Amino acid sequence: MSERRGVALSPLWQLTRVRMFGFLREPEAVFWVFAFPVLMALALGIAFRTSGPPRSRVGVLEGPGAAAVIKALEVSPDLECIRVAPEEADAALRRGRVAVLVRPGTSGRPVLTFDPSRAETRLAQLATVEALERAAGRRDVVGVTLDTRVRAGSRYIDFLIPGLIGLNLLGTGMWGIGFPIATARQQKLLKRMLATPMRRSDYLLSHMLARLVWLAMEVAAVLGFGMLVFGVQVRGSWLAFALVCLLGAFSFSALGLLVASRARTIEAVSGLMNVTMLPMWLLSGSFFSADRFPSYMQWFVQALPLTAVNNALRAITNEGAGLVAVSVPIGIVVAWGVASFFAALAIFRWE
Amino acid sequence: MHARTASPPRVDPAIEVRGLMKRYADVVAVNGVDLEIRSGECFGLLGPNGAGKTTTIEILEGLTRPDAGDVRVLGERWTGGPDRALRERLGIQLQETKLQEKVSVLETLELFRSFYSRGPTPDEVIKRVALEEKRNAWVVKLSGGQRQRLSLACALVNDPEILFLDEPTTGLDPQSRRQLWDLIESFREHGGTTLLTTHYMDEAERLCDRVAIMDHGRVIALGTPAELIASLGAENVVEFSIEGALEFAGVERLPSVRQARREAAGFALIVGEPHVAIPELLAELARQRVTLQRLTTHHATLEDVFVSMTGRTLRDE
Repeated sequence: MSERRGVALSPLWQLTRVRMFGFLREPEAVFWVFAFPVLMALALGIAFRTSGPPRSRVGVLEGPGAAAVIKALEVSPDLECIRVAPEEADAALRRGRVAVLVRPGTSGRPVLTFDPSRAETRLAQLATVEALERAAGRRDVVGVTLDTRVRAGSRYIDFLIPGLIGLNLLGTGMWGIGFPIATARQQKLLKRMLATPMRRSDYLLSHMLARLVWLAMEVAAVLGFGMLVFGVQVRGSWLAFALVCLLGAFSFSALGLLVASRARTIEAVSGLMNVTMLPMWLLSGSFFSADRFPSYMQWFVQALPLTAVNNALRAITNEGAGLVAVSVPIGIVVAWGVASFFAALAIFRWE
Repeated sequence: MHARTASPPRVDPAIEVRGLMKRYADVVAVNGVDLEIRSGECFGLLGPNGAGKTTTIEILEGLTRPDAGDVRVLGERWTGGPDRALRERLGIQLQETKLQEKVSVLETLELFRSFYSRGPTPDEVIKRVALEEKRNAWVVKLSGGQRQRLSLACALVNDPEILFLDEPTTGLDPQSRRQLWDLIESFREHGGTTLLTTHYMDEAERLCDRVAIMDHGRVIALGTPAELIASLGAENVVEFSIEGALEFAGVERLPSVRQARREAAGFALIVGEPHVAIPELLAELARQRVTLQRLTTHHATLEDVFVSMTGRTLRDE
């Protein structure tokens, strides 16, 4: 007979412990949480390392005058020239093999064909015009001085690492909560638990607490990797950084709880998870700046919790922001978390 | 086995049910069930799949709300809230619960034990269901019988006054079934009340003091297994099949035959004295010039009771 009470016999601790086993004893789950974002950071970090933007490819149509044009363009440090046969010209442009196509033309007046809606083709076009004009004798009049020092925290990897941390907080928060709840419901484990005097709040809380255990590890994995391999730095307040991660994790867990609150099957919950996460994957600026979206979308983009987390993390790591400076995104994150949790509690299907 | 600590005074009947109704969409799952389960007895709900057994037991467990009817468990009514005080006193095994796979036997029982304020230690329960060797094995590594014993152990961690078991041995091999039966009998011997559902007549006959036979959401017969079998009017069943056409009335009239019915593969007679009925049957078959293919005889069971009342077998889907 055992009448001893305490932490070891606390239902909340027992539920949290079993929930943690459910994660730590699944090698696939560990891989997705830790290895996946690290590998992604590695791949993207290498692809976009700061050796300047890659040279733009300019195609020069074969024919009379081509040699002179190529000679003029090869001087430019921004351009790489290739010859294009007339019958390949359309395909080369369409497939993006060349950014700009130069037709040498008659009487020394070349014609440039390019897509003006893309930044990199515009860039190639400007460099091409510059090179051709310069070869024909253009001189600088103003005499601009170029300062090309790279600012700390302005590299792509500096931008990427906080975005990956935000994305990971979202992914593990959603899947780490939604999946086990849907499984427990489908396999009647939830019903079995309800047949005991277990407190319902303990059950929901244990999922969020277990989530925190690997939160620290997953953030440390991605951030540590970025710091060691790419020299990423946290320039602002570490306390603010930790707080944003913690609140982000809670908020996304609550969102996961909400998404899983009614779904009866794994399939249903997977679908709902993807529907919820996809807009944030695309719009919240994990891989490229959310400012790129047109202004009429910005109110929506900026209200998303992942956008708020990403903005706050970037402000702290790259701009050296402190707690006060990120209070607006923190407010957005907390609002999402509180609203999701209470909505989940209200509509949760206990059965 | 350990002594019960500070047991509340015994409530009798342990479970009382009046006019229970439950409808799902277009199906009436439970259609007016009345039951009274006495303290200390093992009571069985016997019936084919879809008879309403699981719905009934889950209403009594407070997991499903009835549309109508009054349920009292240990004198208490389910409120629809957490009902934690009542749940402290019950042990529940659901049909086909899948416990978390990569958690050990001990860890699973520690979890369930933590929900209750009193009861044996997890190790005591492990010993009781004979899973000592699997104490640290993950649930996923257990056989079907071992999982079922663990599931029973989870229902025993609070030393319950009433044990609810929904199809406790479905899908198990004969040896595992006997092990579970021993455990259920030992719970009853120590004064616990058991309510179980089953579609195995042998299980009901062996374990249950009283049985309610359910069909289409109603209780169609209630009594001890012996009483129900006696209601057939005789204790033996003679089954036979023939080649050719049988004039059924000729068989029904034979001496000592109480009931006769057609079955899928022949005929069945419920008879008082086989040594009287069988020679008469053979003579009648000879008179009708039909050839006997098969003749078997057995002691009447609850299955025969069910078939004689519904014309269907328990295993009919």
